[in-house]
Amino acid sequence: MTNQAVGIDDVRARTYAFPAPHFISINDINRPQALRLLDLAEGFVDLNRKTAKKHDLLKGRTMMNLFFENSTRTQSSFELAGKRLGADVVNMSARQSSMAKGETLIDTAVTLNAMRPDLLVVRHASSGAASLLAQKVGCSVINAGDGQHEHPTQALLDALSIRYAFGKVEGLTVAICGDVMHSRVARSNVLLLTMLGAQVRLVGPPTLMPTGADRWGVSVHHDMRKGIAGVDVVMMLRLQLERMQGALVPSTREYFRFFGLDREKLASAAPGAKVMHPGPMNRGVEIDSDVADDPLVSLIQNQVEMGVAVRMALLAALAARLDER
Amino acid sequence: MVATQTTAFINARLVEPESRYDGPGALVVREGVIADVVKRPDFGNLSDQIRVIDCNGAMLAPGLIDIRVKTGEPGAETKETLKSACRAAAAGGVTSIVIQPDTDPAADDPATIDFILRRARDIGLVHVYAAGAATKGLEGQRMAEIGLMLEAGAQYITDVDRPIVDSKVLRRVLSYAKGFGALVAHRPADPYLSDGAAATESEFAARMGLPSAPVVAERIMLERDLALAEITGARLLVDQITCADALERLDRARAKGLNVAATASINHLSFNELDIGDYRTFYKLTPPLRAESDRQALIDALSAGLVEIVVSAHAPAPAEDKRLPFDEATPGAVGLETLLAGLLALHHEGRVSLVDLIRAATYAPANLLGLKAGRLTPGAPADLVLCDVDAPYVLDADSLLSKSKNSPFDGRRMQGQVLLTMAGGKVVHQARD
Repeated sequence: MTNQAVGIDDVRARTYAFPAPHFISINDINRPQALRLLDLAEGFVDLNRKTAKKHDLLKGRTMMNLFFENSTRTQSSFELAGKRLGADVVNMSARQSSMAKGETLIDTAVTLNAMRPDLLVVRHASSGAASLLAQKVGCSVINAGDGQHEHPTQALLDALSIRYAFGKVEGLTVAICGDVMHSRVARSNVLLLTMLGAQVRLVGPPTLMPTGADRWGVSVHHDMRKGIAGVDVVMMLRLQLERMQGALVPSTREYFRFFGLDREKLASAAPGAKVMHPGPMNRGVEIDSDVADDPLVSLIQNQVEMGVAVRMALLAALAARLDER
Repeated sequence: MVATQTTAFINARLVEPESRYDGPGALVVREGVIADVVKRPDFGNLSDQIRVIDCNGAMLAPGLIDIRVKTGEPGAETKETLKSACRAAAAGGVTSIVIQPDTDPAADDPATIDFILRRARDIGLVHVYAAGAATKGLEGQRMAEIGLMLEAGAQYITDVDRPIVDSKVLRRVLSYAKGFGALVAHRPADPYLSDGAAATESEFAARMGLPSAPVVAERIMLERDLALAEITGARLLVDQITCADALERLDRARAKGLNVAATASINHLSFNELDIGDYRTFYKLTPPLRAESDRQALIDALSAGLVEIVVSAHAPAPAEDKRLPFDEATPGAVGLETLLAGLLALHHEGRVSLVDLIRAATYAPANLLGLKAGRLTPGAPADLVLCDVDAPYVLDADSLLSKSKNSPFDGRRMQGQVLLTMAGGKVVHQARD
């Protein structure tokens, strides 16, 4: 972070060509590349806080948002990121698309690809969908969430939020709590945060913990108080409501009692610990409003702000790679 | 299918699975049957009326018998027809196939069995047999016309990939089939644990975010099946056993004297869960690929004779069913043309003797179903494969004769080129050049 005012020229100078043609998984980047992307994103945070937010780094580029799952936050974040960099942005959602008429994912993608977009942002309910698309299209594919696999830009924005709050990621302890099993956010965060030198703990009931998670370079906890004891960051995950009521946990109230984050449980974290949530939140299920809305502990609004900046950085880096061609 | 000209194969490496002979030999085929076999390179003086094929040391073995083959006929001819499957079989050195009853409509009555057998007879390439459904519509509820299907020619009874959940139904199927001396094949998989799974539950599958089922789902169902086989005294075929845990149960049941046999698919002998790699749907199978330790246990069980039969589990799926996200893709792999080379890989790795591998896909299944094929003895049908077991090649799935190209061996280095396939004394495939 720099104290001097950062201008577009500084950011332009920091922009670099992304190391991979697509961004599907945190595994596509290594530690120095992740740090470089976060540095670039910090520049965009500053630019986004100014009145004139529009730039021309992506001028002439076309970006398509292909969302087969509903999303307000991620889709508008990508849309805004693209527009602020001067790209032409097209949004496609599943209900408008011919997927509803039985067209396969690949046929849809190949059709859109023929319109020669430069960047394709994809969200799909199946793990591996973004990777499959990347094999079949000629443009850069960005994974905006594929099933229960990964959501790499979310991990980047989480890392950036942590860095803003603590000045670093390395050496911190982060507890990721809740439905880890079904969470792509958790998988990407485990990869990125451990890569950046944080210690990661996974906290949740055994029914929501993936098989073999203890071999992911993290520690696994089933008692939330012990799991978040002394941690710097408590990252809560969303619990799909249909997974409660007896399927994987007995009830909402039982879940909140043992795994919901409230003041009392938060007290066992380190002094000054921060709370995060990828949204949308189930208030009173996994997180108490009292905690979520406290600006002294909650980074939840910062996460949204960082999201736009991180995506601008990623788009700028991918476009720089395209420019090199 | 009877060829008139008498043919002699000389200078062969004869692999005779019944007597477990692997050595020099020569063989004469007359009027569609094996007329004479000797364990020396040639016969000496042969009449010049006889066509002589010099094998140059290539392996001469019985044509393979693959008892688990799906086609799309009737009902899904875009996947595979009986004709394309027969061509693929001939190219792969497979001379007998048993068609699975999960067609559309299901082969759960004598008319459909008869339809399949008559269609195949008109093709006249390899021997085609059919298996009949255990329950109507393969729905696991009401018993199918087992007796009438057997009378129509069904070789055994199975609901294929769909386990019969209701223990009472399976018990009745086993009991009833026993009255006809029929074999019942059943896939051991607890449906409650494995419903919706696309992979075996493991650290790898969890990392990939794939819906998965624990490997114990197989053991749980197998234990029930073995218990039902025990109380009914029926002949049970464990369809595609895959894991160490289940093999241990099978071993115990066999030691107890239960009349139970098991098949392994060439896929589970060749690949493990990590082959899924970056969501490659050609490796999406039913049952899903297991851990490497399970694959090794399966090879050991084959070598030890605990698992006696290897199948291709040929399951054609066209591109539109495979070019999908992993959890939406259709499971299954084509295998008729790669079964032999897949088996030979285990020979080249020194894991299982050549004669035991050949036996697992010839004599063992023939013996199980009471077929006369699968051996090189005078009087047996002249179903033969001549194969250069060392010839290397890289498999190109597009070159397969199956209508569907979903081969997990695509791009793999293989060894074992089929030079000639003979079924009923007729040459049904011959390598070009």
